[in-house]
Amino acid sequence: MSIHLHNIAKHFGTTQALEPINLDIHEGELVGLLGPSGSGKTTLLRIIAGLENADRTAQPSKILFGDRDVTNVHVRDRRIGFVFQHYALFRHMSVYDNVAFGLTVLSRKRRPSSGEIRARVFRLLEMVKLEHLANRYPAQLSGGQQQRVSLARALAVEPEVLLLDEPFGALDAKVRQELRRWLRHLHDEFNFTSVFVTHDQEEALELSDRVVVMSNGRIEQIDTPDELYREPKNRFVFEFLGDVNHLEGKVTNGVLTCGDAYWHVDLPDGHEELLLRPHEVRLTEQPTSESHLPVTITAISPVGAEVRVELEADWLAQPWLATVRHTDFEHLALRRGQRLFAHPRHWRRFPNAESKATEQSRVA
Amino acid sequence: MSQLASWRTGSTRVLPGFGLSMGISVLFISLVLLLPITGLFGQLAELSFAQYWAIITEGRVVASYMVTIGAAAVAAIINAIFGLLLAWVLVRYEFPGKRLLDALMDLPFALPTAVAGITLATLYASSGWMGGLLEPLGFQVAYTWVGIALAMAFTSIPFVVRTVQPVLEDMPVEVDEAAMSLGATDGVAFRRVILPHIWPALVTGTGLAFVRSLGEFGAIIFIAGNMPYETEITALMIFVKLQEYDYAGASAIASVVLFVSLALLLAINIWQGRFVRRLHGGKG
Amino acid sequence: MRRIGDAPLIRRLLISAALVLSALFLLLPLVAIFAQAFSQGVMVFWSNVSNTFTLHAIGLTLMIALLTIPVCLVFGVALAWLVTRFSFPGRRILQTLIDIPFAVSPVVAGLIYLLLYGRNGWIGTWLDGHDIQLMFSWPGILMVTIFVTCPFVARELIPLMQAQGSREEEAAVTLGASGWTTFRRVTLPNIRWALLYGVILTNARAVGEFGAVSVVSGAIRGKTNTLPLHLEQLYQDYNAVGAFACAALLAFIALLTLAAKAGLEWRAARREAFA
Repeated sequence: MSIHLHNIAKHFGTTQALEPINLDIHEGELVGLLGPSGSGKTTLLRIIAGLENADRTAQPSKILFGDRDVTNVHVRDRRIGFVFQHYALFRHMSVYDNVAFGLTVLSRKRRPSSGEIRARVFRLLEMVKLEHLANRYPAQLSGGQQQRVSLARALAVEPEVLLLDEPFGALDAKVRQELRRWLRHLHDEFNFTSVFVTHDQEEALELSDRVVVMSNGRIEQIDTPDELYREPKNRFVFEFLGDVNHLEGKVTNGVLTCGDAYWHVDLPDGHEELLLRPHEVRLTEQPTSESHLPVTITAISPVGAEVRVELEADWLAQPWLATVRHTDFEHLALRRGQRLFAHPRHWRRFPNAESKATEQSRVA
Repeated sequence: MSQLASWRTGSTRVLPGFGLSMGISVLFISLVLLLPITGLFGQLAELSFAQYWAIITEGRVVASYMVTIGAAAVAAIINAIFGLLLAWVLVRYEFPGKRLLDALMDLPFALPTAVAGITLATLYASSGWMGGLLEPLGFQVAYTWVGIALAMAFTSIPFVVRTVQPVLEDMPVEVDEAAMSLGATDGVAFRRVILPHIWPALVTGTGLAFVRSLGEFGAIIFIAGNMPYETEITALMIFVKLQEYDYAGASAIASVVLFVSLALLLAINIWQGRFVRRLHGGKG
Repeated sequence: MRRIGDAPLIRRLLISAALVLSALFLLLPLVAIFAQAFSQGVMVFWSNVSNTFTLHAIGLTLMIALLTIPVCLVFGVALAWLVTRFSFPGRRILQTLIDIPFAVSPVVAGLIYLLLYGRNGWIGTWLDGHDIQLMFSWPGILMVTIFVTCPFVARELIPLMQAQGSREEEAAVTLGASGWTTFRRVTLPNIRWALLYGVILTNARAVGEFGAVSVVSGAIRGKTNTLPLHLEQLYQDYNAVGAFACAALLAFIALLTLAAKAGLEWRAARREAFA
């Protein structure tokens, strides 16, 4: 079931939560709505669900599920599944009754037999590995378990569209990772179209087929995670999707100078600000012919598969972050207070806020 | 260190005033609440059990139990429905006059019972504004048990409304949204999701209203007619016995009323505790 | 935001039902009180109110209320302090004991005091021997009024003080403050609105108490009639307008009580909005 949004805007009082938005989601896609708080992502999701209504504007606004115009259809009739950040399980019902709820409120014609309902509920509970807790009450379950019940409940009615509002936000890191896997697994199994909201870029990039990056009620970019990371359209997307190192200085005759640091870049004269990713910074003991960027290591922390190295220098307004592989770390015998030279491999610049043009140049 | 042990060894408490506040509280409670109750038992002790039994099972007294309990039950059920409606409307909707309606809910609590009594009696008598309308239709309210139930309902409605209101207010929006997203219509969602959620509060409020109605006096005696065997409430029976200087009789009947009220209150407290425990997974 | 029951038809239906039923059931009696009181004109109302017996009844009622309030205030604060700032065996029992006046019918309340302090009670006989009469005079009325009103202040304070916790008081003590100073400068400012509300409720109940007072007062006109009792006598004497004049005074106090409550709640809501 594809989702098509046309000219969707939303005001709350005097604040504009969503500028007019157009969005197309393909059938069977898992799409993440990513952005900081206030970006409008949750509002957009709730409008898709029918929990909020889009503004009535001069231009007609439309929401289509496949061929079906659901713009004025009540949430209960849109046949969606919704998963809430704080689970919203029915406290007074057992796990079984929660999951079966959607099936038991169907009209008599469409309601399956109680045997069929039972089979379906248990099948779902088995999928989320909670069949042994069917008779427990939500208050007796952990957060992660409650969210799994919530997923099962939303899927029981076999919706064609599954919507999730920061589904793992209330859980701790390990549980979050586990549940991300569940979601992907369920999505691949059932093949519904899925839209989820998150402010965690790691989550968005890991789970989604495509990511919609939002800020201030607007869509900044829609792309696959890979494309977003490699080809960010503007400064906001670039800065939001990971750590960023800033290099500011004046370019004269192809050399960018900043204090006693200098670097050969192929850019016109003038003031420039270049942006780099942590893994795009190489550390060497000697400067090269093209770059002379002396830095001092102020902090070292191994995280997972790499080592994060914090760098400072007087020509830097903000410290830099470089990530180094363990092998290189050992090879260079890095330690605090050590003086090294930074050697950028890629850089990006975003000339001004309006234009989304980017340039990047590879340096040997 | 357990609570008891620290109390016994008299370890210093951080905050001052334990002795003083304990002294005042215990003195007051003993003097004002407990002592007089012993007076009741003192009086009862002068009766043999047979005499006691005879008094509390006398025909007229038993009739008063029926009248009181019956009317209180009817009033409680009416208030459960009316109170739920009012609480719902006050919590869920915005409309002109809402503030006034909210304030009105406390009127029966703030108004002296005697005032309520003569007002209801006058309103619902045949010559009254309401009585004048209802009697031609065949509904006689004054001097019947209907009047008693009405007076009881009037004085106890705040118990239901004020007990249900906060629980409705605290219901998270997501519960509504979850029910709707799963396809439930308003009626089904209310019956299966909202009602079970507020049920404990509703039962507690109705229970409290019932207990209050059992003991109500001033609001009832003006509209009731007070005919023995027909419209005489138990509280009035006690009063009548007192006016006849039958202290023993009054005490016997009072002990029944006291016992029933305290037992009901205890039951409500226990039931509330168990229900709360189940909903919060044993975390009381 | 969509919620259950917000369809326009249902909404209008329920609101109308609530408004109409409340108007008939709750508002109409209120209107009737004043209509009856003034049904023979303002002059008659005035003469009813300024009648000697009425004035005495008003005076007695006010005196009882003014004496009851400080007693219940001290007790309420002491109990709330005890129960929310300390833990000791029997704490729960004390908290449930305070609910007794709510469970007891007012007539029963009056009865148990009469049994104890009346001529034949065991304290009563002792008092009689010393020529002290508590029942059938104003001390008796005061005692039962204290009985029925004592829970209000405590019940307002206890949940509040429990929710507020004792952190601030503990801080004050570590800084060297004495018990009274701590209470006066730390606790009191935090509880003053709940305290005020408790006092307002106590007052409303004290002024309006009927059943218990009926039993112990003897209802002697000009001597032991409180306003509600006086009202009853006027009504039994078929002086409806006179009775409603008293009712109007009492209803006026009730309305002031409601206004004070609404004011305090508005104030609390405003503070929360800025918190």
